[in-house]
Amino acid sequence: MRISLKIWRQDGPTDEGRMVDYQLDDVSEDSSFLEMLDLLNEQLIAREEEPVAFDSDCREGICGMCGVVINGQAHGPERTTTCQLHMRSFDDGDEIIIEPWRADPFPVIKDLCVDRSSFDRIIQAGGFISANTGSAPDAHATPVPKEDADRAFMAAECIGCGACVAACPNAAGMLFMGAKVTHLGELPQGQPEREARVLAMTEQHDLEGFGGCTNLGECTRACPKGIPLNVISQLNADYRHAGYGGRG
Amino acid sequence: MTETVNSPDLIDGVYREGAPITDTKAPAGDISGKWTTRKFEAALVNPANRRKLSVIIVGTGLAGASAGATLGEAGYQVKSFCYQDSPRRAHSIAAQGGINAAKNYKGDGDSVHRLFYDTVKGGDYRSRETNVYRLAEVSADIIDQCVAQGVPFAREYGGLLDNRSFGGVQVSRTFYARGQTGQQLLIGAYQALERQIAAGTVEMYARHEMLELVVVDGKARGIIARDMVTGEIETHLADAVVLASGGYGNVFFLSTNAMGCNVTASWRAHRKGAYFGNPCYTQIHPTCIPQTGEHQSKLTLMSESLRNDGRIWVPKNSEDCDKNPREIAEEDRDYYLERIYPGFGNLVPRDIASRQAKNMCDEGRGVGPAVDGVRRGVYLDFGDAIERLGEEAVRSKYGNLFDMYAQITGENPYEVPMRIYPAVHYTMGGLWVDYDLQSSIPGLFVTGEANFSDHGANRLGASALMQGLADGYFVLPNTIRDYLAKGPFTKIAEDDPAVAEARESVEGRVARLMSINGTRTVDSYHKALGKIMWEKCGMERTEEGLREAIEEIRALRADFWTNVRVLGSAEGLNQSLEKAGRVADFLELGELMCIDALHRRESCGGHFRAESQTEDGEALRHDDEYAYVAAWEWGGDDGAPVLHKEDLVYDFIELKQRSYK
Repeated sequence: MRISLKIWRQDGPTDEGRMVDYQLDDVSEDSSFLEMLDLLNEQLIAREEEPVAFDSDCREGICGMCGVVINGQAHGPERTTTCQLHMRSFDDGDEIIIEPWRADPFPVIKDLCVDRSSFDRIIQAGGFISANTGSAPDAHATPVPKEDADRAFMAAECIGCGACVAACPNAAGMLFMGAKVTHLGELPQGQPEREARVLAMTEQHDLEGFGGCTNLGECTRACPKGIPLNVISQLNADYRHAGYGGRG
Repeated sequence: MTETVNSPDLIDGVYREGAPITDTKAPAGDISGKWTTRKFEAALVNPANRRKLSVIIVGTGLAGASAGATLGEAGYQVKSFCYQDSPRRAHSIAAQGGINAAKNYKGDGDSVHRLFYDTVKGGDYRSRETNVYRLAEVSADIIDQCVAQGVPFAREYGGLLDNRSFGGVQVSRTFYARGQTGQQLLIGAYQALERQIAAGTVEMYARHEMLELVVVDGKARGIIARDMVTGEIETHLADAVVLASGGYGNVFFLSTNAMGCNVTASWRAHRKGAYFGNPCYTQIHPTCIPQTGEHQSKLTLMSESLRNDGRIWVPKNSEDCDKNPREIAEEDRDYYLERIYPGFGNLVPRDIASRQAKNMCDEGRGVGPAVDGVRRGVYLDFGDAIERLGEEAVRSKYGNLFDMYAQITGENPYEVPMRIYPAVHYTMGGLWVDYDLQSSIPGLFVTGEANFSDHGANRLGASALMQGLADGYFVLPNTIRDYLAKGPFTKIAEDDPAVAEARESVEGRVARLMSINGTRTVDSYHKALGKIMWEKCGMERTEEGLREAIEEIRALRADFWTNVRVLGSAEGLNQSLEKAGRVADFLELGELMCIDALHRRESCGGHFRAESQTEDGEALRHDDEYAYVAAWEWGGDDGAPVLHKEDLVYDFIELKQRSYK
């Protein structure tokens, strides 16, 4: 395949950045999107041009490290991670525009790499169950209804890639946060800290500069793991309960 | 390694033999009481003194994150490092299958002793009894800990945890969270770690890479790391250092490992005096999606559970290999595993399934696209299963795997058979450690896949996650305190000569890589190394091949240091520079792997020496000569490595040859 690329190049966080055109021939339709970028980089190095920086690690759709905006869509045209997008999703001769995640709480480090440590700080605020090592009761001491365990698992599938934020016009992190609140809130172990958790995580979310949710649903449409919009309803319900009716 | 390599006093022309070593930390007595004894005998540290003691942990996978969380919680000052942008990305996250634990929740006869026995046998009797027994012993606590953290394991309708049997084991002891067990366990450990970061007991350094170990007066006292965003070289000092930096399968370039997995932290420690145990033990996984071309950067694993219902075959006649498989008549198909191993059929162990697939392709009966002129794929066919169970039943069992396959290959596995081929998956070798998980450098501890200890020559399915968490949550926190109790240690000044030397060596190395300005890309060297390793130190090794590989790697390494091209600047994010440093270390490790494979003239587990097989072509161990751990000492840039043997003594298990016929 022959592909025309427009790629965002930015030397560092303070650099203004610009779109640069590249031409790539002989792209195999079996290669992944990131392998296409590998090929580009090999050619750039051969021409003594600095390769394009982009993040990736597992390249099998689970670590959440990769992620770019492709032709305006987070992770591109298919509902999957960027590493699991394949060139057969494009046509010979296509032009592809590649940009980093767009959101203030995800500042650009270089080219297509962004800093998503704001997500870690939201987890630090309360996205855990306080269970010290060695103090746990037997795992069978607390039965969990299968439906609850399944819903917790569904929410826990979030890979923290940030596509939901990149896709949201308000750069809301509420699908990410809702997934964690739902995961832990569905389990009996998560109950003691349930109210404190949602209040603290929401406060951190706002402090980081993420916007509010207006129920457009772009986040869930971009989510490679199919986290449903109802985790945001869960987040809002827990927040209301904690804020008005609960201990908070 | 130059002039000395051909000196006449070298064994096989490539190595020397040093004094034997032993583990001195495992207490005497019956195996079932050793861990309790060790925990009791290990000195305690008063809670008020703990905050004066500091520990550096490199790596945030299951072993590193769990250790960081636990040590932070205990009150030590912890500094945690990972090369990814967040500790949540560590490659433990990609493990699919499950985690073993001797809970006997199914009442099917499981026990600590049985898990211990299965693990030693699965490792082909090349692991240390004491370590494996402890692993089995603490396995049950791991499940309790994870459930308390909110890990959403699969449950039955009654609300209790579900188990499955995995990897040919006859009891159901594997806990799982669909095909994403690794992800869920890692997120649990990551959350526990983030909780400690918030509490201020753990300081997290993401996008940081350890490039050197600081050894002062013979003890590990810190690391030199590079901030991958600013390029700054930083010195971090502590009372002890823990490496939880994972495996080195990426020496093969193509593997199921994440792109960033590397050996640098371990290798730098090895060069500073830490012995490297059994480097040649590589686990090859039989069910990966085959390579399609030169563009490929990684291989993707398909869960082994597929072998429960899929039938593996290749055409009987090589002329049929490019035909549509549905048009190849039943009598023209060779269900080779069912033919050769009628008892186990498609469920033979990983090493046998892998080697036979390679044999079929080497015979010219492989299927799928040819890479370098050879078709490297065999069919994993669900035609019979779909006929027997119906497409819906197959979809409900394996749907997500089928979708993943379709996404990657563009083929519909409900209509045409899947194609699979073996790929490098896990490295059982790693830095040598004693029962306390301490390396041959005092104060340097090594956990998880980065150490050599628990899997022997072959890893049992669902055991990697168990070891990572056992080490991090339960073993290391108990053993490292014995070491820390000897503190407080003398404070090290940042301008101490040993610190300055370590720092200068890192700066010099970075400057050297940036200044070569040759013509070849880092990736091209990595791919070339990977080809040598896969062909000559992969599934099957021969004396001749290994000798060739050693020469080829030496030539490649010499070329690398004169002709590699790293563009850009060392100040700031530079992914080519990161890769160059890692590939430079892989080029040294690769040679040691070949030397280790060369000296081990037997077949066992993940090491198949063509010269050592039975008349039926099965792996032949030589317990009389090789029942030892090969612990290699760095011999210097111009010297040969030195082999220290640790004899493996089996007091509680009888050594037996494996047979799957």
